[in-house]
Amino acid sequence: MEAVVFVFSLLDCCALIFLSVYFIITLSDLECDYINARSCCSKLNKWVIPELIGHTVITVLMLVSLHWFIFLLNLPAATWNIYRFIMVPSGNMGVFDPTEIHNRGQLKSHMKEAMIKLGFHLLCFFMYLYSMILALIND
Amino acid sequence: MSAPAESPHPAASARIPPKLGGASASGAAAPAGPGPAPHQQNGPAQNQMQIPSGYGLHPQNYIAPSGHYPQGPGKMTSLPLDSQCGDYYSGLYTVPTQNMVTPNTANQQPGAQQMYGRGPPAPHIVGSTPGSFQGATSSTSHLHTSASQPYSPFVNHYSSPAMYPANSSVASQGFPSTCGHYAMSTVSNAAYPSVSYPSLPAGDPYGQQMFTSQNAPTVGPVREDSFPGHSTAISHPAHLPPPPSHQYHQQQGLSGCNTLSWSASGLPSAQDNLTRNHTGSLATPNSNPTNTVSDSLSCPVMQNVQPLKSSPVVSTVLGASSTRVPPAANRPVEPVASVTQPSELLQQKGMQYGDYVNNQASSAPTPLSSTSDDEEEEEEDEEAGVDSSSTTSSASPMPNSYDALEGGSYPDMLSSSASSPAPDPAPEPDPAPAPAPSAPQPSKMAKPFGYGYPTLQPGYQNATAPLNSGVPPSSPVYSGFQPYAQQYPGMNQLSSSLGGLSLQSSPQPESLRPVNLTQERNILPMTPVWPPVPNLNLDLKKLNCSPDSFRCTLTNIPQTQALLNKAKLPLGLLLHPFRDLTQLPVITSNTIVRCRSCRTYINPFVSFIDQRRWKCNLCYRVNDVPEEFMYNPVTRSYGEPHKRPEVQNSTVEFIASSDYMLRPPQPAVYLFVLDVSHNAVEAGYLTILCQSLLENLDKLPGDSRTRIGFMTFDSTIHFYNLQEGLSQPQMLIVSDIDDVFLPTPDSLLVNLYESKELIKDLLTALPNMFTNTRETHSALGPALQAAFKLMSPTGGRVSVFQTQLPSLGAGLLQSREDPNQRSSTKVVQHLGPATDFYKKLALDCSGQQTAVDLFLLSSQYSDLASLACMSKYSAGCIYYYPSFHFTHNPSQAEKLQKDLKRYLTRKIGFEAVMRIRCTKGLSMHTFHGNFFVRSTDLLSLANINPDAGFAVQLSIEENLTDTSLVCFQTALLYTSSKGERRIRVHTLCLPVVSSLADVYAGVDVQAAICLLANMAVDRSISSSLSDARDALVNAVVDSLSAYGSTVSNLQHSALIAPSSLKLFPLYVLALLKQKAFRTGTSTRLDDRVYAMCQIKCQPLVHLMKMIHPNLYRIDRLTDEGAIHVNDRVVPQPPLQKLSAEKLTREGAFLMDCGSVFYIWIGKSCDNNFIEDVLGYPNFASIPQKMTHLPELDTLSSERARSFITWLRDNRPLSPILHVVKDESPAKTEFFQHLIEDRTEAAFSYYEFLLHIQQQICK
Repeated sequence: MEAVVFVFSLLDCCALIFLSVYFIITLSDLECDYINARSCCSKLNKWVIPELIGHTVITVLMLVSLHWFIFLLNLPAATWNIYRFIMVPSGNMGVFDPTEIHNRGQLKSHMKEAMIKLGFHLLCFFMYLYSMILALIND
Repeated sequence: MSAPAESPHPAASARIPPKLGGASASGAAAPAGPGPAPHQQNGPAQNQMQIPSGYGLHPQNYIAPSGHYPQGPGKMTSLPLDSQCGDYYSGLYTVPTQNMVTPNTANQQPGAQQMYGRGPPAPHIVGSTPGSFQGATSSTSHLHTSASQPYSPFVNHYSSPAMYPANSSVASQGFPSTCGHYAMSTVSNAAYPSVSYPSLPAGDPYGQQMFTSQNAPTVGPVREDSFPGHSTAISHPAHLPPPPSHQYHQQQGLSGCNTLSWSASGLPSAQDNLTRNHTGSLATPNSNPTNTVSDSLSCPVMQNVQPLKSSPVVSTVLGASSTRVPPAANRPVEPVASVTQPSELLQQKGMQYGDYVNNQASSAPTPLSSTSDDEEEEEEDEEAGVDSSSTTSSASPMPNSYDALEGGSYPDMLSSSASSPAPDPAPEPDPAPAPAPSAPQPSKMAKPFGYGYPTLQPGYQNATAPLNSGVPPSSPVYSGFQPYAQQYPGMNQLSSSLGGLSLQSSPQPESLRPVNLTQERNILPMTPVWPPVPNLNLDLKKLNCSPDSFRCTLTNIPQTQALLNKAKLPLGLLLHPFRDLTQLPVITSNTIVRCRSCRTYINPFVSFIDQRRWKCNLCYRVNDVPEEFMYNPVTRSYGEPHKRPEVQNSTVEFIASSDYMLRPPQPAVYLFVLDVSHNAVEAGYLTILCQSLLENLDKLPGDSRTRIGFMTFDSTIHFYNLQEGLSQPQMLIVSDIDDVFLPTPDSLLVNLYESKELIKDLLTALPNMFTNTRETHSALGPALQAAFKLMSPTGGRVSVFQTQLPSLGAGLLQSREDPNQRSSTKVVQHLGPATDFYKKLALDCSGQQTAVDLFLLSSQYSDLASLACMSKYSAGCIYYYPSFHFTHNPSQAEKLQKDLKRYLTRKIGFEAVMRIRCTKGLSMHTFHGNFFVRSTDLLSLANINPDAGFAVQLSIEENLTDTSLVCFQTALLYTSSKGERRIRVHTLCLPVVSSLADVYAGVDVQAAICLLANMAVDRSISSSLSDARDALVNAVVDSLSAYGSTVSNLQHSALIAPSSLKLFPLYVLALLKQKAFRTGTSTRLDDRVYAMCQIKCQPLVHLMKMIHPNLYRIDRLTDEGAIHVNDRVVPQPPLQKLSAEKLTREGAFLMDCGSVFYIWIGKSCDNNFIEDVLGYPNFASIPQKMTHLPELDTLSSERARSFITWLRDNRPLSPILHVVKDESPAKTEFFQHLIEDRTEAAFSYYEFLLHIQQQICK
């Protein structure tokens, strides 16, 4: 059973890693003027909710399966995702707003955030991998 | 003289004169000969001495000009200088320079000008005229002032016979006062020549250069290593230091003088004729008896022109100095003996210029050639245009397409003749410009003082005018006096010493003079505050962009981010890129030369490494000079790329080739979307709109392809088929607002000219079509969607008139305002949009090159915060008329009418993009204004209008230690209403400094306040209003405490600010009491949001009046210091501080709040005034609601009206006038603008200072 949890987490984590990479690539495209802010933001906003769900699922799964350490590790990141999503002002077009992304260094902070997430997911990936192998061996 | 007289166009004449004055001996001589010649000639001879002085002073200019005129040779010499600096230059910026320079160009020929641009010439003319104008005015003012001031003695001296003799010629002309000044200057000059020169390398040209250098010196520090060219100049540097002081002195003195004198100088040279005339005229008005110059009669026109020019010029004190120099040269020439020297000087100057500007080393050097070059250059422009090959290929596809300007100015440009500067451009410009210029001039004048010449000796500063420095001694004219006076003394005494320039080294620039804020009660200068002039060398100063278009909050850029952080001041740019210009060089060239790596347009601040290569000033890449660029069509010479207009003007306009188009230039397309619900019909705006449209239908900018369409909506959407051939307009109603479609897509937007009759029928019928409607709903969202569909194939402008909260379909809004919270001191909510519908729509529109302009005429809450998004992100503009009703609120109705007139006829650019570039190491991180930021530095502007201002925040990413100059360039690519693709390029150059004191010395407090206001608006929307208010207060506290702890070593018990920042706390207090940010006073949410919108999109000049209104006493207007605009004498009363203590019951006061004027009548106001100006017998009989001044045939009425008209001119929003009786209920409106007083909810100014002090001490 535990192996199944970690296999699922591993797959989910892979998806999140890909998503982070996609965010980074898209944002750096914007930075380099390869795409304009409007299309960049509509691309990214589409993936904000899937990312949020993917991450929340892992977190909940860890809680349910009583992996406290991993749960606590994931909790801040998941909370941040949800907070960010909820706090979008009513007039904005999503977490990424094309009219503001070039202002006040938002692009940079988005980029930084995507990088940190990538690192975090990579860390989690190996943790899940390790846990999965351990679980498989134990089985 | 002859030239001016001859030329029908003031501009033309003006141009000519400049040339004359400037360089061309022959040409100049000819012109001079006629009118001024005699005086001048006389003058020159006498003046030789003066000439030197002239360098410093304006007077010199006069003299010089005269000298120029007479002499051919002089011209020669002068030419070089002029040529580079002046020619292109000429125009706008440095008036003074222009004068000098212009002459050359002018002389060179109209043809060249034409080629060039029509633009340039115009500028010249303008510049010259203005200069003259100013000069005249200034001179007059000087006289007055001088008299009044302590300095008078000096004046006397000056005036003293000895002086006069030389001057006499001038005097005779009617510039006695000026003469006096000049004389003063001359004296000083004399000193210079003898003494100072030596200091320099000695003797050589340098010695002479010294003078020049002096001028330059100011710049000196700045001048840079970076520019190889400079190197030549560089040698001077050593000198420079001293010179600076001189310069300062001179400048101050001069500047004082100059400011005044500038105009004068300008006048003399270029316009001798004109000037004299003008001056004469001016002088006469002023009251100088002597002046009654005969010449002047003709002047009026000129004058008009001048003002305009002048404004551009303003900044150019430097220019002036430069100009001065040339004159000197000229003068010397006259003397013959001296001639050689002068020539050398000139040459040197020429060299320097070349170096500086072009960095070329020597290529340009010879003056003579240069002169010719200049002329050539002008021609080149045209030629360049001719050349076709787009070598530059460049441009990225995207990039920028600039629209062509519309009508007004461009036309001039276009017309090769260009002769008439302003005229063509425009209808609008004309009136406005003239007024504006006048104002600007003064400011310009002032600027030099205050700023650039920081070094003034403290003594002087102190002694003379405390304030002048920073701010400008205010009014140009009036204040000018003071400065002069100061200067003079300084000049006199110093002049001798100055020769040595010892003073220059004075440690503390005026802008750093510590001011004890809590003790100095009258902190507000008597005259308008002028922007500081960057501390660059003269050549660069002359070339620099006009502060009206381009300003930076710090005119000395800190070397590192750490230094910037220490100073705690905001760093950013304020732009007004599409301003109505009276002169603009338009360049038609198939090769638009740009840097290959950063795409920067070639500009005056690049350096030429040799004939074939230039080094980009933004990214330092070395680029090849294209073959086409080597040829100067103006001069028909080859191998002088540094003389091309692109390199001589920091504001130019290119006609872009097809490389800059993504599609064929669009036609002008206008769509009107009108609310016709019950509410709208009740308000009655349709009548006014239709009337205005009918009147202005032929004046809508556009060509034969212009298209127009109309839609109306209530709960349904109505389209109007206006297809040619129909007998009457056909109304098509679409009631399916959930899925809007276009009933007949082809015939809704019709050609204006083909269907004009139908359009007129519709406009006549429209106001009465819905009189009986009972439909109260408003389906704005669907109507906008339909408008978007209609416009998306072409792009264009959508004007939306809305009178209530949208209540149906997509984009419907709920009322969010709680009236009980209006005066809350804590939380102000709902400053941001409620839905993203309008934002999305705006971005869609922006993508299709459609801008949405919103006219909100409502009596109730309409959620402007949400609706404004449709304009904010599509680069539209927002107009708001609270409580609009065409009968109950006639003042609003009148305002709408006037605003519409301006709105419909002003210039417009379509499918525009603006890119702002800056020197490597700096980066832009936040933009303010109405637009969509498409990529990091590319602003997408579906439409651009002349009333749009922008702000940009900067940060320093890499240390700027390896450069001494930084440059900023904005390029605006747009399609003119005539279907031309144009690029307007502004380039600003600023020095880099490494010490905190220098950073403080260079603060442009107005720009800083405007940038802070923009940041505060962002903050209130993204965070909260109280955060924004705290941030504003902290900005003052931080900067003053940083100054106190690092720069000032005075006791800390007092609140000390550098002179450059002394107005900072006052302005911040004004901001806190501004509608947008005030708390505790009942403010409707829409009013607040509208104020925020205005802060975001108004250009600096207008925004400053909104923040800190100007108060004048108008019951005792006199002609003292008056300026002449369009044949009118405009009195210039001093500014009063915004405090009730200034309001005496015996007086009448005018408050200029930007979009509103209040005239407050005191209870015991003189009955003569009430009767003469208001047309009522006594105070009691004045009605409560009075919005007009009657046209009475009395002197005081005429003065009051001409003053108000002058203030009104050239405003994007036509101000309404309210006459407020003391003790009438309306007076609270008036009193809330007295920001130095205490209110229930806010500090008085003094309390605010104490509060700041307390915070600092914490």
